[in-house]
Amino acid sequence: MTALIQKPWIWAWIGAVSMWLIITIVTDIGAGAEVMSAAASFGTFFVIVAIGQMFVITLGPGNVDLSIPACMTLSATLAMKFMNGDPSLLLPGLLISLGVGLVIGTLNFLLILFLRIPPIIATLSASFLYQSTAIWSNRGLRVKPPELLGDFAVAKVFGVPFLTLAALVLTVAMAFLLHRTRFGLSVLSIGQNQKAAKLAGVRVERVRFVTYVMCAVLAAICGFFLAGFSGGAALNMGEQYLLMSIAVVVIGGTSVAGGFANLTGLWGASLFMFLLVSMLNTFGLSAGFRLIFTGAIIVAVIVISGRKT
Amino acid sequence: MQRFLTPNALRTLLPVLSLAALLGAIFYLQPRTMSYFGLNLLLNLAVPIALATIAQMFILCVNDLDLSLGAFISLTACITATWLFDTPFLGILALLACIAAYGVMGALIHLRNLPSIVVTLGMSFVWTGIAVLILPTPGGSAPDWIRTLMTLKPAFVPFPIIASVVIALVVHIGLMRSATGAVLRGAGGNPKSVERAGWSLLRVKVTMFSLAGLFGVLSGMALVGLTTSADANIALRYTLLSIAGGILGGGEFVGGRVSPIGAVIGAITLALAGSFLSFLRLNPDWQIGAQGAILILVLALRLLISARENRS
Repeated sequence: MTALIQKPWIWAWIGAVSMWLIITIVTDIGAGAEVMSAAASFGTFFVIVAIGQMFVITLGPGNVDLSIPACMTLSATLAMKFMNGDPSLLLPGLLISLGVGLVIGTLNFLLILFLRIPPIIATLSASFLYQSTAIWSNRGLRVKPPELLGDFAVAKVFGVPFLTLAALVLTVAMAFLLHRTRFGLSVLSIGQNQKAAKLAGVRVERVRFVTYVMCAVLAAICGFFLAGFSGGAALNMGEQYLLMSIAVVVIGGTSVAGGFANLTGLWGASLFMFLLVSMLNTFGLSAGFRLIFTGAIIVAVIVISGRKT
Repeated sequence: MQRFLTPNALRTLLPVLSLAALLGAIFYLQPRTMSYFGLNLLLNLAVPIALATIAQMFILCVNDLDLSLGAFISLTACITATWLFDTPFLGILALLACIAAYGVMGALIHLRNLPSIVVTLGMSFVWTGIAVLILPTPGGSAPDWIRTLMTLKPAFVPFPIIASVVIALVVHIGLMRSATGAVLRGAGGNPKSVERAGWSLLRVKVTMFSLAGLFGVLSGMALVGLTTSADANIALRYTLLSIAGGILGGGEFVGGRVSPIGAVIGAITLALAGSFLSFLRLNPDWQIGAQGAILILVLALRLLISARENRS
């Protein structure tokens, strides 16, 4: 039991389960099952961006990617505009989306490397450019996704959303990448002590480059499928993902100081964040109170789960 | 010549030169702005932005970043336009409570060793939530005295310029020229040595966050004085503007290296950048992008200066 309590991911799961219990008690078991299914769908998108953000944050203090929302928007906008509802262009569309991720990740890294500014500022400044490109390319109109993509994004296998299953596979692969490969261990070692890692022969800049590109590519993919899921690319579609990606990582038990990552917690935290908002909705609170509680609970969880480093 | 243009002097001059270049370009594009009335109009919104930038500078000074400032200023604007207008006593109490809340946020970040960006991002929801409760739909009115102050028309020099100079000088003297100011900045530069010298880091953090709260409140009040009404999202873009202004003005992200005068100049530069872009007839789609580009450009210039610094 004590061993379980000490797991870094436990708080996120306790939070998620208690939110779900409260919703089920306040409403009924049917609504509880429904909200669980919705949580799996929406939580999947949180997890996809949070995996990338987790790798970035694990690199150590100051490493955060603030361009995720802009990257999602730009990737979705360009891909949807290219496909223009034509299902035969689905694969090239996905490739465009991946390309956007590759370019954004590379640009982010080049700014960090050459301007020698903290990643927070580099990704923030660059995100203005990405956002502007998205606005310019589509003047803020919503482009519908091909029907096939929409169907795929909401498809279910034995009642579980297909995307959720795919994201679970992705999570397992990422856990392998993090704990069993040279790259993952390099990320962890840089986060624990960059100097020591460098002296031990870790190619710090190369690892950072791959990490930032991976984060942007995951955000781009997430944007692509989110556009399919929610009926199109919109300019503000990435808005809530800035806070979500960071909060999910931190609440999930990954160390904000870097060097320790936890993938199990990402799922718990993603479900928790979605269920928290659903719970506040169930109580029928006004928008103002919902915002206050969301913010206060996020801060409270971070304060409670924050370990002294 | 070589002796005067030291890297340090260049670093200080960079914000001034950027502002001068921008003003020159605006005067060239639109000569009519070169008048009392024109400048007043151009610089109108510079005062709240300058106050917001100073607030962000206090946070940057202790190696933190505040992503909730825009939401906070929106909240204080809402309080100013409602409670401070209807029942001044209650309004003042509420604004003081806002400042105290900022101090508590600083204490929390320090005591639990939390990342400021996560805490402030979370708190931005709280500020917006309270603002929505106070003022669900845009409205309210500016208290007369604030309105009078913000629309002063002093002889010869437009009010925004006088206000900016006063803000810059007051903060400069307090933070850069006083003994307490040196300790406060030292806590950003080398926290350990400040602590060993017997100062409480907790008190430093709380002081800096409270100061940020104070200037956030002033920014909200100044904004309402100009717009005469408020809404819950009125100042959301101030978060980014304040960070950008602080950086343009020569602030560094670590090490307590900040400059109040530079921050005010940076804020004015950003306030003018918007007008400049519209005078250029730039596609409005690129307005946000242009701000990002300006930011990257200034950071690149500064890197060139540091490279010279390292060589000498």
